[in-house]
Amino acid sequence: MVLITAPRTVQTPAKLRINGATKIYESKSGPVHALEDFSLDVREGELICILGPSGCGKTTLLWALSGLHALTRGEVALDGRPVTGPRPNELGMIFQDANLLPWRNLRQNIHFPFEIKRRPVPRQRITALLHETGLTGFDGSYPRELSGGMQQRASIVRALAQEPSVLLMDEPFGALDAFTRDEMNLLLLRLWSESAQTIVFVTHNISEAIFLGDRVVVMTPRPGRLARIYDIDLPRPRTIDMMFEPSFIELIQDIKRTVEAGGRHSVEVE
Amino acid sequence: MSEVPSELRDEIPSFDSKPAHVDHGPIDWSGLTSIRTAKSALEIGSIVALAAAVFFGLEGILRWTDTPTYVFPKPIDIVRTLANQFTDVYAHHLWVTMSEFLAGYAIGATVGLALAALITQKPFAEKVIAPYVLVMVTMPMIAFVPFLRLKMGFGSWPLIIAVALAAGPMVMINAATGFRRTDLAKIALARSYGANTFQIFRKIRFPLALPMIIVGFMVGSIFGLLTAVGGEMVAASEEGGLGERLVYYSSLARMDEFGAIILIIAALGVSIYVLFYFIGKRWASWEA
Repeated sequence: MVLITAPRTVQTPAKLRINGATKIYESKSGPVHALEDFSLDVREGELICILGPSGCGKTTLLWALSGLHALTRGEVALDGRPVTGPRPNELGMIFQDANLLPWRNLRQNIHFPFEIKRRPVPRQRITALLHETGLTGFDGSYPRELSGGMQQRASIVRALAQEPSVLLMDEPFGALDAFTRDEMNLLLLRLWSESAQTIVFVTHNISEAIFLGDRVVVMTPRPGRLARIYDIDLPRPRTIDMMFEPSFIELIQDIKRTVEAGGRHSVEVE
Repeated sequence: MSEVPSELRDEIPSFDSKPAHVDHGPIDWSGLTSIRTAKSALEIGSIVALAAAVFFGLEGILRWTDTPTYVFPKPIDIVRTLANQFTDVYAHHLWVTMSEFLAGYAIGATVGLALAALITQKPFAEKVIAPYVLVMVTMPMIAFVPFLRLKMGFGSWPLIIAVALAAGPMVMINAATGFRRTDLAKIALARSYGANTFQIFRKIRFPLALPMIIVGFMVGSIFGLLTAVGGEMVAASEEGGLGERLVYYSSLARMDEFGAIILIIAALGVSIYVLFYFIGKRWASWEA
């Protein structure tokens, strides 16, 4: 085969470009390097997982992408424009816990972003999303009346209703049990396959990262650096059974070694 | 909401039970809101039976010991006096006290709430003002009524001011506790949608503070009522008022009428409490 195919990166220019991202927090015991010289291009339409141990700066990175926190050095660009503050019309954010407002019922929670943006509420789209996430009939319920999985599904509806082109997810299923987590991962993949969204998914769960991602970006323990990028060539649509295949398990072990090696490396440097 | 099994009740936040995580300032009054409404016929029956036992028991003892009215009025006489005199005499004094209370409370609660919202935005201002607020909370404002009388004459303004001074700091100290709660994730959420400072205040900080604001309004109203009645006992306006009637009837040993006024004041206090209980249930049932 002599078909000339350009590399994928050229076909789809970077949706998000992270260049030399460094974040140093000032704490009482001195400066803390949360993130050090991290660079990454996120392609349009891909689901990229950022994986690393606790405290490796994944969340710092995500908050920098969202424009909520500034970087100490380096920059983030979305569609070629530097991110210097929240970009409510392009970026959607899904938080660690569902982060619903407890004084509002589900419908009011989902309408909340539209109230802030003073935009009309796309009722048909919300109804369809509620149906797709199995929340039909619960739109009058308050968050405390719902399970953790249902709350997180509602927060996904809240984010998707606004049709952001990039979805930033910060360990969204970390607090859920293993069964609910699998269910949520499948739901996320289904919703994503129906859209053209770019998803940056932060997690500390290796199998979750492999299961979801087109690519898995492994970070080192503090200070967070890029250790390695894995291309995941599992076919789509993905099924839970894939998680039990030998190649999947090998990949888990390989990534585990990378994380550990990254840790030693950073100890040597300091 | 579905029926909650009693063994799980503590796990589910409701207006009935005080959650463990409530952070409070130097004075925590949230315990006052933890009333539980009667559920079963047995509970309701017991409550009514106890009330009847107290009422008729007292009546019986007073008759049996042949206690004269000027020593202790009989409950039935009090109720009869109340019914006979209410429209002619007591309604006027109730109105005088209520108008002083409502005007003072409206001023005090508004200023207290506004100040709480303002000072909690600036930790420095809060530190500087806090000692004065504490002094105002602990100071009996009744003490100023005779002084204000001398300055301002015989109208209702001295009492309105005293009520405002009593209610305001109570509202402020509780509301400030509410505003001091900051849920950074929820503020970040609003900011990610491009919310400005005012939107964050209106849609996040204020609702988050609302349960404590309602507690403040309730405690403030109770202190306001106490101050209105107490202030009238010390130095009433020329219109009178419930407090003035208490002093008048007791000085003439007209104890039936004294008892009737006490009954009105008690009913007023309980009504205020119940009102705020339902306000809390309606607007802050998600917490506290």
